[in-house]
Amino acid sequence: MNHVTQSWRMLARDWRAGELRVLAAALVVAVASVTSVAFFAERVSRALVRDAHQLLGADLVLTSDHPWRKEIAEEIARRGLERAQATTFISMSTNGENAQLAGVKAVSENYPLRGRLRTAPEPNAQDAPALTGPSRGTVWIEERLVIALKAPVGTRIKLGNATFEVAAVLTLEPERGANFFNIAPRLFMNIADVPSTGLVQTGSRVWYYLYAAGSREKTSLLEKDLKNQLERGQRLENLESGRPEVRAAIERAQRFLGLTALLAAILAGVAIALGTRRFVERHLDGCAVMRCFGATQGRLLKLFGFEFLTLGVLSCLIGTLLGFAAQFFIAQILGGLLRADLPAPTILPAVQGFLVGLVLLLGFSLPPLVQLKNVPAVRVIRREAGAAKGSTLAVYGAGLGTLAALLVWQAGDFRMGAYVVGGFGAAVALFAFISWILLKLIASSSLSRRVGVASVALRYGLANLRRHAKGNAIQVASLALGLTAVLLLTFTRNDLVDAWRRSAPADAPNRFLLGVQPDQLGEVKAFLAKQGLGAIELDPMVRGRLTAVNGKPVSERDFSEERARRLVEREFNLSFAEKAPAHNLVVQGRWFAPQDQALSVEEGIAQRLGWKLGDELEFTVGGERFRARITSMRRLKWDSMKVNFFVIAPPALLQRFPASYISAFRLEPGREALVNDLTERFPNLTLVDVGAAVRQAQSVIDQVITVVQVVFLFVLGAGLLVLYSALVATEDERRREAAVMRVYGASRRQVTGSQRVEFLAMGLLAGVLATAGAALIGQLLARRVFELDLPPSPELWVAGPLAGVLLLSLNAWLSARKVLSASPALTLRDSV
Amino acid sequence: MNNSEKTILSARGIGKTVKSGTSDLVILREIDFSVTTGEAVAIVGASGSGKSTLLAILAGLDTPSAGTVELDGTDLFAMDEDARAELRGRSVGFVFQSFQLLPSLTALENVMLPLELAGRDDAEEASRDVLAKVGLAERLTHYPKHLSGGEQQRVALARAFSMRPKLLFADEPTGSLDSDSGAGVIDLLFGLNRSYGTTLVLVTHDEPLARRCGRLVQLAAGRIAT
Repeated sequence: MNHVTQSWRMLARDWRAGELRVLAAALVVAVASVTSVAFFAERVSRALVRDAHQLLGADLVLTSDHPWRKEIAEEIARRGLERAQATTFISMSTNGENAQLAGVKAVSENYPLRGRLRTAPEPNAQDAPALTGPSRGTVWIEERLVIALKAPVGTRIKLGNATFEVAAVLTLEPERGANFFNIAPRLFMNIADVPSTGLVQTGSRVWYYLYAAGSREKTSLLEKDLKNQLERGQRLENLESGRPEVRAAIERAQRFLGLTALLAAILAGVAIALGTRRFVERHLDGCAVMRCFGATQGRLLKLFGFEFLTLGVLSCLIGTLLGFAAQFFIAQILGGLLRADLPAPTILPAVQGFLVGLVLLLGFSLPPLVQLKNVPAVRVIRREAGAAKGSTLAVYGAGLGTLAALLVWQAGDFRMGAYVVGGFGAAVALFAFISWILLKLIASSSLSRRVGVASVALRYGLANLRRHAKGNAIQVASLALGLTAVLLLTFTRNDLVDAWRRSAPADAPNRFLLGVQPDQLGEVKAFLAKQGLGAIELDPMVRGRLTAVNGKPVSERDFSEERARRLVEREFNLSFAEKAPAHNLVVQGRWFAPQDQALSVEEGIAQRLGWKLGDELEFTVGGERFRARITSMRRLKWDSMKVNFFVIAPPALLQRFPASYISAFRLEPGREALVNDLTERFPNLTLVDVGAAVRQAQSVIDQVITVVQVVFLFVLGAGLLVLYSALVATEDERRREAAVMRVYGASRRQVTGSQRVEFLAMGLLAGVLATAGAALIGQLLARRVFELDLPPSPELWVAGPLAGVLLLSLNAWLSARKVLSASPALTLRDSV
Repeated sequence: MNNSEKTILSARGIGKTVKSGTSDLVILREIDFSVTTGEAVAIVGASGSGKSTLLAILAGLDTPSAGTVELDGTDLFAMDEDARAELRGRSVGFVFQSFQLLPSLTALENVMLPLELAGRDDAEEASRDVLAKVGLAERLTHYPKHLSGGEQQRVALARAFSMRPKLLFADEPTGSLDSDSGAGVIDLLFGLNRSYGTTLVLVTHDEPLARRCGRLVQLAAGRIAT
């Protein structure tokens, strides 16, 4: 009989005896959660990227201030990509006496290539996706234009030389949100009708767009090739360059999903380590017997190694299949929410999950298993020989290292991987150390003596704490870890999700007010306050061109990246303020004093344009130059939809230049009439509706939150397995001790009492440690990874310790019941 | 000396000293001892006299601080632990006071274990035979916890004899049993010993058991007294 057959037999026997079930369950849960998260995360993130492209209307947008050469349009089609085109310009639209400047967008009928336009039959009516763009002779207009022109659906309006029938009210344009500063109320028309209007003449301010969509490889290649052919005034936009707020939401979504996978895997690792330790303790005698009967060390290692490898492969297979099924199930549940179909899964997550499973098993079970081969045969006579040793972190080092590398690979984010893996490693070590110290203190002999007089149970309970200090410390640390995960996933997760929701709150501003002159400030504020909008903040805005950095003139040719070139080419919206805006975070340097010759810049633009703290920037405003040094960098919350500025200066520096004021506020549905009142009262103001963009960002975030909540259930499962493994880890020993107490006449009350004292102390300690851990990890994740503010949660500090105490009290009760229901002789005979 | 009287086990100058706190504790000193094939030897002595330690050293389960042991013509401590394990697998059987049955294995599987480790294809058949000999043919699928102490020790005897060892070491084989069960186990032990022609070295407090052995070796304070 060879090793393999023998180890399969051992596997079957150990399985039958229930020795391996917790291990297999931990592995199946780990692999199932890792693969389902990986499968689903991969599909969702691919879908999100695809959906995000809907916000561009395509995968790639080519923009030009002059018509695109025919060859470029043909090139898109030649490469097998879908192609659409559009032209935008500003024109006066009229309906009888009513006239309004409209932002005209003339599109081919297949526009947009990604996403859908949405229209409604009348303002405030239920909208629906439109399958094609407007047909010839018709226009779709935005609600504001319907109101301004008094032109409901069916009306004929005039645009240049031609008249068009208003066929629908436009409610959503995917591309909306980008460059909304320049948008007058939107009017959509068919591109074939443009010549009949006679509006596009030489010298007209017209933008020409080409849209391309297709496989990622093809669009990337096209983007790369076209970049070199761009003329002045032409640019390419992909998701990266076009929509920073959407990119931020997607990045966060991926981090959330990555985090769940990491947590599940690490927790399963802990459960496996605990489960294997118990397996080893229960097999020490058996191995000593096998040594007596001739098994060499190598033989034992091979037998147990094969046994665990077989268990690992089978469990990983089941886990992978379960994960695969689970992600379909999740996709099914969330199908409605996700709106779009998810792309088909690929094999990669299965491979990742399988590898993670095997590394988990081998990394966390091999170190304790190696102990089995070292069991001396003489243990059959002297039982104390070759007792199981606690494995140190160093023993698990190789496994942990490999696992960490795999997890970081899977999470696709080194920083988050390092935080979670390092955080958990540090938490285990710290938890064990603190538990050991505290348990020793609680059970110190002077304390035992003092309180022990009052109660035998208390004295024995405290004595147990002291005697088992090391084992108890490990158990408390494991319990605290499991509980940390559970608390993190219940309380902290909710707090994080709430904080995230708040970052793009449902009451986020949906209107931008532009062009307020300094002498109108008071009047506009008073008007809006009278309308019940409260005290609206108006931020000054000065238009300035960047001319030099550190004395060196700046040109768009200095930059290869398209977005950087555009930033330099255009005028900056500069602002001035004494204090940093509340929704900005100074991440480098210090906010300037009001009289400083200083600038505060947004960290993203600084990175893109290569600015550092201390660099001197020179701007030209209305022919006049000013210079100032960068003294701070700010991080902005793009998805807050609030007014944000790349560059802010102290008032003293910019106050002398002509400025207009800008504000963002929320206009509740049904109050659209305010728009007309405002424009009638202040005709020079522009009010831009960014509601659609907000709704899009909000819906992306809501989808992802739902997905993450479902996926968290797996991690919760892994956390509960850790708790279970930690609880049963010392069960055998406690049963034996309780039986001995019973033999020597301890009453039922004394046995349960002493266990209760011991478990209560451990439960309280584990609960407090877990609460501290969950709070700390939550804060760390919120601030460092998700860039959110997480307020402290008082409920967590009540629930955490309480959960620890309740859990261990329940365990004490169950454990005492087992001991008391069996005869001491039987318990002792089983355990010899 | 004919073949049946060959020395199968010989110990020369065995000493065992262990550290106890800061001082050395001498457990065995200058033990010279040999056993011939087919013999039944009982090592007796008061608690703490070093009986079990001597048995562990003779069986190659523990190492002496001084001296040599030859088992079946092989110097045990000239070999490494793995080689000793292989030698035990080939030539030696054990019976322990605490039975040392694996709780997760049935009676049959416990007996099969050493045969499986030796790579025997007939492990199950041979185990059934020997379990029938110890009167447990009806309890093959019972787990140790469902067997009485006497029955557990009979399974342990079956396991020890299943390999047809040349030499059987028994450490207090009746130590955990009542007198009736103990007597039954003693009868079986000697019966099997005779039918398999095994040499027997046992450690015991049990006088009836010791009396049934051909030779008594008395240990006192780590030395052979008689």
